[in-house]
Amino acid sequence: MRFLRLLWGNLMRRKMRTALTLLSIFIAFLLFGILCIIKEGFSAGVTMAGADRLIVRHKVSLIMLLPVAYERRIAGIAGVDAAMHWTWFNGIYQDEPKNFFGSFPVEPERFLDMHPEYVLSDAHRKAWESTRTGAVVGKTLVERFGWKVGDRVPLKSPIWPRKGDGAWEFDIVGVYEGAKKGTDTSGFFFRYDYFDEARAEGQGMVGWYVVRVSDPNRTTEVAALIDAEFANSPFETKAEPEGAFAQSFIEQIGSIGTILLAILSAVFFTILLVAGNTMAQAVRERTAELGVLKALGFTNERVLGLVLAESALLACVGGIAGLGVAWVMTLGGSPVPSILPVFFLPVRYLAIGGGLVLGLGVLAGILPALAAMRLQIAVALRRHA
Amino acid sequence: MTIETRTSGRTGTGIESDNLVSVEGVEKTFRRGSEEIRVLAGLNLRVPRGEFLAMMGPSGSGKTTLLNLIGGLDRPTRGSVAVGGDRLETLSSRRLAAWRAQHVGLVFQFYNLLSVLSAAANVELPLLLTNLSRSERKRHVATALEVVGLSHRANHFPRTLSGGEQQRVGIARAIVSDPTLLLCDEPTGDLDRKSGDEILALLQALNTQHGKTIIMVTHDPHASARASRTVHLEKGQLMTEAAP
Repeated sequence: MRFLRLLWGNLMRRKMRTALTLLSIFIAFLLFGILCIIKEGFSAGVTMAGADRLIVRHKVSLIMLLPVAYERRIAGIAGVDAAMHWTWFNGIYQDEPKNFFGSFPVEPERFLDMHPEYVLSDAHRKAWESTRTGAVVGKTLVERFGWKVGDRVPLKSPIWPRKGDGAWEFDIVGVYEGAKKGTDTSGFFFRYDYFDEARAEGQGMVGWYVVRVSDPNRTTEVAALIDAEFANSPFETKAEPEGAFAQSFIEQIGSIGTILLAILSAVFFTILLVAGNTMAQAVRERTAELGVLKALGFTNERVLGLVLAESALLACVGGIAGLGVAWVMTLGGSPVPSILPVFFLPVRYLAIGGGLVLGLGVLAGILPALAAMRLQIAVALRRHA
Repeated sequence: MTIETRTSGRTGTGIESDNLVSVEGVEKTFRRGSEEIRVLAGLNLRVPRGEFLAMMGPSGSGKTTLLNLIGGLDRPTRGSVAVGGDRLETLSSRRLAAWRAQHVGLVFQFYNLLSVLSAAANVELPLLLTNLSRSERKRHVATALEVVGLSHRANHFPRTLSGGEQQRVGIARAIVSDPTLLLCDEPTGDLDRKSGDEILALLQALNTQHGKTIIMVTHDPHASARASRTVHLEKGQLMTEAAP
């Protein structure tokens, strides 16, 4: 701490250069934060996937349907603890494509039993079970549209038109919250019996099944048993762990991790050169001052440490500001809830960001610091004279 | 800080002697490409405690090189430099740095103040290497600035100070850790006559009133007249000695 004034003074020596370098580092870490938020948003399903859950879908494609009668057969397979179905409804509010969100007809009791990550009060649970047109809505979605319990919500589905005029109406009877921070609370769930009876076509068909196995260590074995059960039928299945299913789903738009890594590698390499150049110039400009410090009794190691600390301070100010702004951005919720319903910056990414800040500081400063350490006092003073 | 008014030296870690500085058969050569340049050639010099020694000589005669060797800023190619019983060529780089911090005060021709620090912060620099608390450091800095008559300019930055004032700050920085030996490399070389005289008077006071041993490199006979003894160097060798 006693050298902080010296470090800060050195950084402020060329204010414009320092400001531009800080801005570069700030932008790099802001970008890092935003990309991490996006990655978390896309991979939330993978992160939050239950270790004991399987997804069973049509072998050909997720968009192909399976008979609802499979539920009882799946539940009877050895190693299966429970099974319930989901169907993609694709609801749109107020006929505006941008008002799209995840909406699914489910069987309330089984759904809530299968997904303890969705937390619903007993009163709302009872209301849902007793209201045929009832829907429970995630907290994020309620906030997005300003809904409240008791509201009647009209939805349209391009996939599932209702008999008659095609429009659906639901009564919001409950609002669920997430058990964990990464839980998606942007869903809209309503009753399957109402849906199945009122849809114009496709009665008795569902999208996919979520299956809970008795022993999480036997998921592969149980998945094989399920697929074998329906082999050579008109509706063959593909069963896989929920995490793998979520991963393959998001990889339809490419490997988020690879894209993230590619962008960040390019950005950080550039920033490393920018910060490294700043530090090299800063050290070169004050060769004489470094010589004076050594003449006053500063050891080579201390001079090395001072230059590295200066570089780390530069990286920390810019980097922490960038990460901080990225974190603050998440406080207002997702600006694109239909694409990224889960929108937050996990602590582990902040920790990685912190590590990168320090790494950048050390790498950018190491060569100038070594040069400063090796500087001979007499040579430095002579150069100045 | 206590600027001591004694003339007796500290107890050295090695050989005790009346001479604070003892230079024995020192050679210093530099390489410039394939050429080897001998700057000091078998030089011997002794400086008693409490002396104010002036070193004169033409450019390239080796004055600053000799001063650097005595101050532990550089190492001799051959020979021995002992200060207060410490043989500098035997000290590791780290111990030499610690030795400099403790025993030597340096005054430069171009002041060599850090432009980003105030006068007080510049004076405080050597104390950052000690275990002194912040308040103790502040007290020592205030004393050093008082000795050089610059208490009222403590918070000014070097660019707002005159050359003479900057050199006073440089002297305050040199004496703040109460070193045994002050090494001054043309301390008046960048100053007008009036400011130069003030600096020389200050150095003389540090020598006579506070018992500091001072070795001063200068081209200026007027400056050397303030010293208690003057030596002349030429081509890396001590030519003559003269008392004022």
